[in-house]
Amino acid sequence: MKTKKLSFCGSSLMQGNEAGAMGALAADCKFFAGYPITPASEIPEILSSKMFAENGIFMQMEDELASICACIGASWGGSRAMTATSGPGFSLMQEALGYAVVAETPIVIMDVMRGGPSTGQPTSSSQQDVMQSRYGSHGDYEIIALTPSSAQEAFDFTVRAFNLADKYRVPVIVLSDEVVGHTREKVTIPDTVELFDEKYRGLCKEYYKPDEKNIPPRIRFFEEHSVLVDGQLHDERGVRAGHDPVKSARAVEHYCRKILDNIEDITSVDRYFLDDADIVLVAYGSVSRSALSAVNKARANGIKAGLLKINTVWPCPVKEIKAACENARRVIVPEMNIGQYVKEVQRIAGFDKIEPLPSLGGVLHTPKMIFEKIAEVN
Amino acid sequence: MKITIDSVYCKGCLLCVGVCKKGVLALGAERSKGGYLMPYAKEPDNCIACKLCEITCPDVCIEVTKD
Amino acid sequence: MNSIAEKFIRKETLPFIFCPGCGHGIVVNSFIRAIDELGVQKNEMACVGGIGCSSWAPVYLDFDCLHCLHGRAIPHAEGLKAVNPDKQIVVFSGDGDCLGIGGNHLIHAAKRNIDLTVLMMSNYIYGMTGGQKAPTTPYQATTKTSPLGNEEHPFDVQSVVVGSGATFYARCCATHPIQMKEAIKAGLRHKGFSFIEILSPCPTTAGRNIFNFKSPQETMDWYRSQVYLLGKDAKPDPAETRIPLGILHVDESRDELTDVQRQKKEAAQK
Repeated sequence: MKTKKLSFCGSSLMQGNEAGAMGALAADCKFFAGYPITPASEIPEILSSKMFAENGIFMQMEDELASICACIGASWGGSRAMTATSGPGFSLMQEALGYAVVAETPIVIMDVMRGGPSTGQPTSSSQQDVMQSRYGSHGDYEIIALTPSSAQEAFDFTVRAFNLADKYRVPVIVLSDEVVGHTREKVTIPDTVELFDEKYRGLCKEYYKPDEKNIPPRIRFFEEHSVLVDGQLHDERGVRAGHDPVKSARAVEHYCRKILDNIEDITSVDRYFLDDADIVLVAYGSVSRSALSAVNKARANGIKAGLLKINTVWPCPVKEIKAACENARRVIVPEMNIGQYVKEVQRIAGFDKIEPLPSLGGVLHTPKMIFEKIAEVN
Repeated sequence: MKITIDSVYCKGCLLCVGVCKKGVLALGAERSKGGYLMPYAKEPDNCIACKLCEITCPDVCIEVTKD
Repeated sequence: MNSIAEKFIRKETLPFIFCPGCGHGIVVNSFIRAIDELGVQKNEMACVGGIGCSSWAPVYLDFDCLHCLHGRAIPHAEGLKAVNPDKQIVVFSGDGDCLGIGGNHLIHAAKRNIDLTVLMMSNYIYGMTGGQKAPTTPYQATTKTSPLGNEEHPFDVQSVVVGSGATFYARCCATHPIQMKEAIKAGLRHKGFSFIEILSPCPTTAGRNIFNFKSPQETMDWYRSQVYLLGKDAKPDPAETRIPLGILHVDESRDELTDVQRQKKEAAQK
């Protein structure tokens, strides 16, 4: 890791979208390609001026497909690259996301979730892309997705996303939502950030060969050795191996194992009052703030409630969810969707005690809504 | 002139035979590694080293050199 | 392998997947001669290919190669170029890859006048998938997806590309590899969006299905009869029914995108 001093540090009032954009700049992102879409348009708007000031490039592309592809090209060109979109654009990006997985290309995609499906509710929030962020592209793979719940986290998690993308050579999704994106609150930008900093290793012929932790070396174009990058399943030299069942199987296992074997390093959760919790809430993103308020109110009313706030929804923190739910009598999973992540919790902790708490129509759970559910199951 | 045809990569498309204006190359009886019947330099003395065969070959496996 | 190939071909990916007599192989041949004559160094150039027979060309070149998605070679190349403006970025694409699925990216990259060189190898068909009709398939041609005849007319590629703002447009044919080599050199030298349409015969799917040719030689002979070479600075003859080959459009007046981006950086950091 290297320490980078930030010229733009300090506290100010900003929207989550702006904080995400500042996080990208803090993390040494030097290329942003995007396309306007509500509710993420502020991100390209801000970066269209700030990126050049930080010696980076901003490009408004003709669509989301071009945006993510340009990011992949820029990443191979040696720059940290990011794009930002919402549900419909995220759907368009899925093929290229899969390509970034197979080519082991670090990029960051910020998806400011809005009501779906399809055109859906362009100006309302949701958490309906949770499963899509995991399974959106065809084929077997694992992905990293972070769920900020505040403007501050939008900054912090975006910086972390770049570090994770670089370290694990994988696209990382910052799964924000319209509430986080558009809520204006205090964000403190520190005077330094820690950035993943490992030397590029383009020397060896087997430049995709992973180390003992299954992590491939850092490679880019225009180094000592010419590099072949292919979307077809390939061997350690980048040469196609789609016709070879053994090599192809090994490639797919590698894409999954490099994330799953390193899940402890990737996972981030916050625990509130879980030690003696009778009723456990599992929440992520903006909903987790309402959940925390509800838990506090429950405790004040003598109910033993606790919260597991998930910051990395993918890879699914199985161990943490299992431990949090083990001794609970009931587990409530509030989500701004019809019930997506709750299926993971059910898979891990068993169906019987899980209470889904969906909220559709763009309605963010209020603490009252969640507290009423806690009281109901108590 | 020396006309070398790569016996590993030649695919026997015979475009080299077609493009030669001096009748130097012709279809032979030898097969390349891929199993294709290969051309050969039947009349190497006619060759004027225009290199059209070398430039046309889709598998970049002909070379014309002065011997 | 001849000695120029030894210099530039990536051996571990051989043999070429191209069919016997494929025009794309001739394009690779001309390309390596062009860069040999220009003295391009390994670290100065990167190649990008989409998906399709033509898009395999960069895999065989011993340069940094991004073999990416169908139709998306151009935006990948744009990102790569934007962060490495001093490097030569070459896109190898086909008529389906470039004008079909990738059509939108082509017209926008031309509009941006970003310094890329795009070699579109046009064989009038989707060859890799077995011979379905393509954006350049002739009217009424029979292909796997137009067995009763193509109901659409092909693109006028020059109008599309130049109309979108490309500042260099050349047309070549695999039957004329020396002119092709010279056009590639000129395209690489040109600072701005250089588009080279290369008529590259497919003896296997187009040759057999559309034209009923029995050999690569027959296919090449037919193509040779359909084209004619334009002299330097000559204009196409309106009375000619054959297709003119040459550098057909050059515009040095438009600003190139990475130049403008550099100026923006300098202005923003003052």
